[in-house]
Amino acid sequence: MDISFFTAAVVAGTPLLFAILGELITEKAGQLNLGVEGMMLMGAVVGFKTALITGNPFLALAGAMLAGALGAMIFGVLTVSLRANQVVAGLTLTIFGTGFSSFLGQGLMGEVVPESMKLFFADFKIPLLGDIPVIGQVFFNQGILVYTGYLAAIIAGLYLYRTSTGLNLRSVGENTAAADAAGIKVSRYKYIHILIGGLLCGLAGAYLSLVYIPSWQENVTAGRGWIAVALVIFCRWNPYRVLAGAFLFGGLDIIGFRIQKYDFHISQYMIDMLPYLVTIIILIIVSTRKSSSGSPPASLGESYFREER
Amino acid sequence: MIKMSARTDCSAKESAAIRGGAIILALVTVSFFIMILGHNPFSVYGSMIEGAFGTVYRITETLRKSIPLIIASLGIALAFRLKFWNIGAEGQIMTGAMGATFCALNFPDLPSWILLPMMAAASIICGGIWGAIPAYFRAKWRTNETIFTLMMNYVALKWLTYLQYGPWKDPAALGFPKIPGFSQNAVLPTVFGLHAGWIIAILLVIIMHLFINHTKRGYEISVVGGSENTGRYAGMNVKGIIIYTIFLSGGICGLCGMIEASGVNRTLSVGITMGAGYTAIITSWLSSLKAPVIPVVCVLFAAMIQGGTFIQMAFQIPQSAAQILQGTILFFVLGSEFFIRYRISFIKNIKSEEGE
Repeated sequence: MDISFFTAAVVAGTPLLFAILGELITEKAGQLNLGVEGMMLMGAVVGFKTALITGNPFLALAGAMLAGALGAMIFGVLTVSLRANQVVAGLTLTIFGTGFSSFLGQGLMGEVVPESMKLFFADFKIPLLGDIPVIGQVFFNQGILVYTGYLAAIIAGLYLYRTSTGLNLRSVGENTAAADAAGIKVSRYKYIHILIGGLLCGLAGAYLSLVYIPSWQENVTAGRGWIAVALVIFCRWNPYRVLAGAFLFGGLDIIGFRIQKYDFHISQYMIDMLPYLVTIIILIIVSTRKSSSGSPPASLGESYFREER
Repeated sequence: MIKMSARTDCSAKESAAIRGGAIILALVTVSFFIMILGHNPFSVYGSMIEGAFGTVYRITETLRKSIPLIIASLGIALAFRLKFWNIGAEGQIMTGAMGATFCALNFPDLPSWILLPMMAAASIICGGIWGAIPAYFRAKWRTNETIFTLMMNYVALKWLTYLQYGPWKDPAALGFPKIPGFSQNAVLPTVFGLHAGWIIAILLVIIMHLFINHTKRGYEISVVGGSENTGRYAGMNVKGIIIYTIFLSGGICGLCGMIEASGVNRTLSVGITMGAGYTAIITSWLSSLKAPVIPVVCVLFAAMIQGGTFIQMAFQIPQSAAQILQGTILFFVLGSEFFIRYRISFIKNIKSEEGE
């Protein structure tokens, strides 16, 4: 196991990082959006198509994020304004997003990201930090979006735990009625953070289609959106832990491919099961340990209607 | 000022009208989408209907596609009644089909009347166990079943891929990775031009309706689904109810896998489900989890899928358009349920009234 494995694990973990952060912020507002996979696919296809048409990385990323936010908006209208069942609304968003991406992705098969854009996303070393042995090579010799990912996690942490808006947000997720009584605009908070979640999931999808692959593949997410939902639980709703969770699973994602050269007598397909099996094991372990610091926002998944008590 | 208030007085007729209106609104919304693509929505919808019901062959095809949806929807509806979000139907269909295929490949010479029931039993047990694993952990530790059941789909898919590319690969296929075809004894008989799965589907609808509404077990599911605590205070074995209900739910989905493998494909492949496990989530919710409504909704959805392949040929509209249409319909129906549960009234501004 050489150092390049860890560098690659960070790359594979980055789409998860964005998606987990997006879902985490959404869940902090008390909304359980199971449409992560759908929003990622919408972002992946719109980002890829914009990249082919314009060749501009900023437009491609913006398009992807807006596509994710569009999906999130549908979810928001249904669950916040119309108080629909969040589980079903999220599932529908995933089904819709899957159809949306294979519809727009028709005929994109085999297309590759323009060379000029690959240059934009290419790895570069951060001065000083990049010179640290091992750590510098693994974490600070990466592409621009990986660095954006680190920043996003830190900003999310500061926002949640160090600002009054973050405090308000957490109170909306913990006890919506109390937050409402305290004069916090509950619906506005929910909408804004659902949309931020959508932006991040769109970005996660774009990272897959533009940087990670980087060519068009039908169903490019391959369940990563769902793993992200599970990892929110693993990271116990803490943005700083997301960094660890995402990169750990990035490693699991690529281990099957890496292990081939060691000539183990295990089928490739069995090793491919690993991320999913580990997700299941983590779910079970987390559920057996009940601690108050690692529990979900208390109002998660419940519709809020002021006149109901 | 707009005022919302909860309501419980919505009649069955009224709520059916609201849902119907939502479906029409969804169709209208998708029409705009079709117009942007430069097609006439009426002719597209028209040819979808023609593609689904235009000839006897197409009707048979539509019905054939509706069978897995009906059976999987019944299984999912059972779990959803318990508020157990089983989105693992896809994996349960696969494991069920694997169980059936195991019997079909190992005992190809048994007479049909032994082999087919054996395959059915194997599929129910395999699919049931695949569902019962997450159910056990949910019952014991409240492990999140939504993600658990979904992860089980991927595990089943990888396992099936392993079988198809490894131990079960047909040696006669010259290296092409496919599982051998079933012997004639392992194939469901054809009744009125369609494999006998349709009879099983109809029987299951009736059994499910009776089970939910007229048995003690069915009643327990409704009670526990409404509130686990109520069930516990009434002395019900809540954990046991969760586990065996989801075993049944997964078992029904597993049976769906056996019917698809035996009746339609006459072999097993990674594409066995055709996404039925996911589509059935939509259809069972649209049917309000009511068994008698499920076949109606499922035939309509199968018509959309079948019509979708037709418009692909006629208009070069990708087949995934049907998926978008399905998603949109469910979005609108989900939204419309608000108007079934709440009343919107416009009241005059109170301050201006005081001033008068």
